[in-house]
Amino acid sequence: MGEYILAALVEHKPGVLHKVSNMFRKRNFNIESITVGACETKDVARMTITIQGDEATVEQVVKQLQKLIDVIKVSRLEPGKSVVRELALVKIYTADSKAKSDIVNYATIFRGRIVDVSRDSMIIEITGSPAKIDAFVELVKPYGIKEFARTGVVAMSRGLKSLKVEE
Amino acid sequence: MKMSGSQALIESLKREGVKVIFGIPGGAIMPVYDVLYDEKEIRHILMRHEQCAAHAADGYARVMRRPGVCMATSGPGATNLVTGIANAYMDSSPVIAITGQVATHMIGKDAFQEIDIIGITTPITKCNYQVRRVEDIPRIVKEAFYITSTGRPGPVLIDIPRDMQTGVAEVDFNVKINIRGYKPNIEPHPLQVKKAVDILVNSERPIILAGGGVHWSKAYEELLTLAELLMAPVATTFMGKGVIPENHPLALGCIGMHGRIEANKSIMAADAILAVGVRFSDRSTGKVDEFCHDAKIIHIDIDPSEIRKNVPVHLPIVADAKMALKAIIDELIRRGFKRERSEWIKRIELLKKECEDSEPGKELTAVNAIKLLRKVLPENTIVATEVGQNQMWASLHFRVLKTGTFISSGGLGTMGFGFPASLGAKVAMPDVPVVDIAGDGSFLMTEQDLATSVVEDIPVIVMVLNNSSLGMVAQWQRLFFGKRYSHTDLRGVPDFVKLAEAFGARGVRVNSLNELEQVLREAIKSDVTVVIDVPIPKEEDVLPIVPPGKSLKDMIY
Repeated sequence: MGEYILAALVEHKPGVLHKVSNMFRKRNFNIESITVGACETKDVARMTITIQGDEATVEQVVKQLQKLIDVIKVSRLEPGKSVVRELALVKIYTADSKAKSDIVNYATIFRGRIVDVSRDSMIIEITGSPAKIDAFVELVKPYGIKEFARTGVVAMSRGLKSLKVEE
Repeated sequence: MKMSGSQALIESLKREGVKVIFGIPGGAIMPVYDVLYDEKEIRHILMRHEQCAAHAADGYARVMRRPGVCMATSGPGATNLVTGIANAYMDSSPVIAITGQVATHMIGKDAFQEIDIIGITTPITKCNYQVRRVEDIPRIVKEAFYITSTGRPGPVLIDIPRDMQTGVAEVDFNVKINIRGYKPNIEPHPLQVKKAVDILVNSERPIILAGGGVHWSKAYEELLTLAELLMAPVATTFMGKGVIPENHPLALGCIGMHGRIEANKSIMAADAILAVGVRFSDRSTGKVDEFCHDAKIIHIDIDPSEIRKNVPVHLPIVADAKMALKAIIDELIRRGFKRERSEWIKRIELLKKECEDSEPGKELTAVNAIKLLRKVLPENTIVATEVGQNQMWASLHFRVLKTGTFISSGGLGTMGFGFPASLGAKVAMPDVPVVDIAGDGSFLMTEQDLATSVVEDIPVIVMVLNNSSLGMVAQWQRLFFGKRYSHTDLRGVPDFVKLAEAFGARGVRVNSLNELEQVLREAIKSDVTVVIDVPIPKEEDVLPIVPPGKSLKDMIY
């Protein structure tokens, strides 16, 4: 078992996310996270999908994705050769000034940004690998996390090699 | 050209060569039906249940090897199609389903007869469309027909909101299509072909396992040529039944849970398997971990996702069956390879002799009735089956003599498929006799379309093997559930003779094989559908059987 990251270029039209996620459910594949957004080509969206599984499962996932008519291209991203990023917003309870200064320090160490401050709370925006976000969350947990949202992973292979729609 | 969406739809269908639509009108598809009212080139066949419309289109598609079209209204019309669409999906049949939908501005409001048929059919279609602009209709229809019939065939649904049917727009029928996410690979990779030939020429006990893909790519001739070059016996999956005439010396019949003994034994003894157009379903392989693990498996399929989905393979070839087989033949010829009668073939011949079907006996049993049926029917007869014991008896004992003349619901196992599918087949080939080998349980699931058969003048023969049971389930109860017959006794209802007569068809009950033979001979010439009620012993089992979850080696016979 391992974690795999797939990037897929799909038609940017209604219902495509449903078709993709439905395929995962129907084939009994587990999605860890799925993100969708625009990419460099008009009318094309890029999905980043992280899944847990073994080699055979991932091979099937790729093929089943490619089989969907609205999926244009699928690529497996190798963790060592890819940039993998996630963004999280963490709202932390900051009752006293010690808590406030601790959180500011941690945020600085993790290269996070303070995006909201109130009398009793702060929102930290943190970007990085999923592991880094996990580590930050662990660290601030004792102060009391009021709210936590993460985007799921986006990823891209390093170097010139690209996932593109052929014209 | 300026026209309504409904007109654009019908014109598009005509341009795709559609001659027949199986359907039922309803509120949300009425504008299309209004256009059909004056239509001369397309025959619309009014079915009595939308499920039958889909099955009939499927049967038509299987016989014609081109898309069959069914049509229904929104809501219940559309959901009634679902079983038929799922059936076509599981057996890779090119069916185009057209559904009406409530008007665009009503979608999402839970309007009368609104249902999310796109959501419902997403997992059971190759692709589906909801029309959002009238001018898109020609492109959508073109794409739908292209997708349904190329690559691995499969059903495509087009959902048309009512305002898209009535709306008028400038439409262009010469629209070019380019589906960037759909480029099926049909040509085999030359290196893979060479490797396949290496395996095959170096094998001592090669076997070909041919499936439904051979039907869809019409690779009959190539299959036979290759089998003879390699001196390889040909076993088939159930979906592959009839890819080779079953009286050919190299034909072994079907493998699987109710496979023929010679087929199951041979495939388990082979050292190389050329699997073509198969998907290694659990019903074919038995316990998959014990399926031919010592043999080298070459897997030809046009759908890359079938490779290694169910069984590990040594050599995949992603290609059209016909082209791949042709390439292998060419390579064999290039190498000057032709195998003489080998020890393997002698062994196969011996095995075949041991397993040979006897002549039909005197008693009126299902097996005897089916053997008799083969003797009476002309070679070109199209035989459909229902699902259950009737189907497996047909698979075991009805020898298909002409390729592509056997149709049955394999993957989904849909009781009620056979009769409407036989209607579709008869519409496709009106000059050929069409027989549905039925069971009493299955036939009752779609018998209302006897009305269609009579009114629309589509005469077929329904041979009901009547054990007054849900026979296959009863058999499992007998074998695996200690004869606890939970809810499988149908208690002799209905009277199929009266039922047939009520619809204006002919109904006959036979009490002996002699009577059956006589009735069949008349029925072939009948210009109205004939339902033959054949009472069979309640406890007649389908044998052999591989118990569920067991290896093909553990066959009981």
